[in-house]
Amino acid sequence: MAKESKKMKPIWFFVGLILLIMGGVIFLAGIYSLSFGTKEITVFAKLHPNIWWGGFMVVIGLIFLVANKNATVD
Amino acid sequence: MQAIGLSFFDWVIILVYFAFVISMGFYLKRYTRSEEDFFLAGRRSSSWVAGLAFLSANLGALELLGMAGNTYKYGMYVAHFYWIGAIPAMLFLGIFMMPFYYSGRIKSVPGYLKLRFDEKTRVLNGAAFAIMTLLVSGINLYAMALVLHTFVGWNWDVSMWASALTVAVYVALSGLMSAIFTEIIQFFLIWFGLFLVSVLGIVEIGSLHEIFNRIPEAYSKLWSTSGDPTQNGMMITWAGIVLGLGWVLSFGYWTTDFLVVQRAFSAKDLRSARMTPIIASFFKMAVPFLVIVTGLIALALSRDASSGFHLMTEGGKVNYDSALPMLIARYYPTGLVGLGITALLAGFMAGQAGNISAFNTVWTYDIYHAVINKKASPTHLLWMGRVATVAGIFFSVLTAYWAKSMPTIMDYMQAIFSWVNAPLFATMLLGMFVKRITPDGAFWGLITGMASSFTMFIGVKFNWISANWLTLSKVSSDMAANFWRAWWAWLICFVVTIAVSLFTKKKPDEELAGLVKGLTKEVSLEDVPWYKKPAFYAVLSLIAFIILNIYFW
Repeated sequence: MAKESKKMKPIWFFVGLILLIMGGVIFLAGIYSLSFGTKEITVFAKLHPNIWWGGFMVVIGLIFLVANKNATVD
Repeated sequence: MQAIGLSFFDWVIILVYFAFVISMGFYLKRYTRSEEDFFLAGRRSSSWVAGLAFLSANLGALELLGMAGNTYKYGMYVAHFYWIGAIPAMLFLGIFMMPFYYSGRIKSVPGYLKLRFDEKTRVLNGAAFAIMTLLVSGINLYAMALVLHTFVGWNWDVSMWASALTVAVYVALSGLMSAIFTEIIQFFLIWFGLFLVSVLGIVEIGSLHEIFNRIPEAYSKLWSTSGDPTQNGMMITWAGIVLGLGWVLSFGYWTTDFLVVQRAFSAKDLRSARMTPIIASFFKMAVPFLVIVTGLIALALSRDASSGFHLMTEGGKVNYDSALPMLIARYYPTGLVGLGITALLAGFMAGQAGNISAFNTVWTYDIYHAVINKKASPTHLLWMGRVATVAGIFFSVLTAYWAKSMPTIMDYMQAIFSWVNAPLFATMLLGMFVKRITPDGAFWGLITGMASSFTMFIGVKFNWISANWLTLSKVSSDMAANFWRAWWAWLICFVVTIAVSLFTKKKPDEELAGLVKGLTKEVSLEDVPWYKKPAFYAVLSLIAFIILNIYFW
């Protein structure tokens, strides 16, 4: 078991991890702007692209993480 | 122009990226035990890992900014860099050249030259590549600091040192393995960070078709205006595009530049190595949907006064590279701005890591081990690889300061690939496919080709000769001169190599086994199903390439 835990995780696991973390932060940024308002004026500000794009990144990140949670590189 | 403001969330995204890549370096160090782990990522990459790294090593942030800006300036012609300027060469590498590279179990492109020709050709190419790589790495570092200073308002020294030291840490810890890992992370960050710009731009204007309707016709065509150089923004004919870009510059870069080819060397077997550039070709064809579409959106918006969109100007001169950052500022709210900036940072740093990992390999094997210390042990070479990484970063930083004090050096850098890679492609092509080519022929052909390319560049730069002599037309742009210079340098190297080979001694056939067509055993793929064969995917890629060229003709 100890030997097994030393095997390298595949890159796809780390891709999932960073997409999950960054997507989560972007999603939270969108929720914060929606809740407390924002001074920034961007085209499509009313569509809150940070909420749905952040959410999309979280979903993709989770898919990569779950698909590779037990995978190792020989 | 006011710099793009960053919120708390944007800073969190950027800091997460820095912490993540440094952590990757420490994590991967545990698995970097031998020189093969450090220099070739243990030769265990799948074709997908190697393929995405192959593409990402080339997909730097300077390219993203520069090509979006060039599209604003030249229109659809910039797509030639991604299609005819890449796809045929990548497929040729995968199908025809990779067996010679991979079968020899060589560690670098100069290493192939040693086996096929001799030590002097290897050292010549190794030294030229090492110098070129460090110069490009330093110039990129300078350009990155300039971009971050201009668009985000960051301190020049802080942004340069922070990214250089981060790259030094993770590449010194685990070499090519960490470079490949971060290149793949960068691939995803670039797509997630920048694709939304294209999507929102298309939504704002209405459709892709409407974007083309809003720009001049000469900017929306790929080939139909190439018969007359006065009819297209790049001022070039189809012959210049096909011979200079599509043949010499493209094949010279994609099939011989160790920075990209090194990723294929990390593949776990020959089939994966052959699939590496073929998989990359599909994604390469898609990159215009990031950069070309972005440039066209910026062009379309700037022609509509009611949009309020315009590029940055400095001293009355338009800064074309600002097209992408201006669109990020236009569309991205808090959080997404951090992602967009991180995508650019990741592109810069992955490009830096790619240059340094290629440099440390060529320095260690093709200069240090070949000339300075022939008896070095594998452990010593691993140590030397780490030392070369830190030293390479140090010289890159020095080059960056040099570039800062002399910005005109940027003009020279744009031409450097045609000095080194264009003639090298003639040497490799003849070396792999003609067994009569001799070591002396290759050496003198390479030297003559490099010298002629440099001389033509200097000649045009200082008005000793007209660029129109090179381009064979009455009008020409810098880019057209660059394409044609590459063609002439290739042709000179090709002719001199053959001529000298006719009068000098060739290597015995038994020494060329596995290195030259006709003396290399063909690897049978009969037991591999058709849908797993590299040739099948190469044909699919070629079909997609033809369709894109016809659609945007």
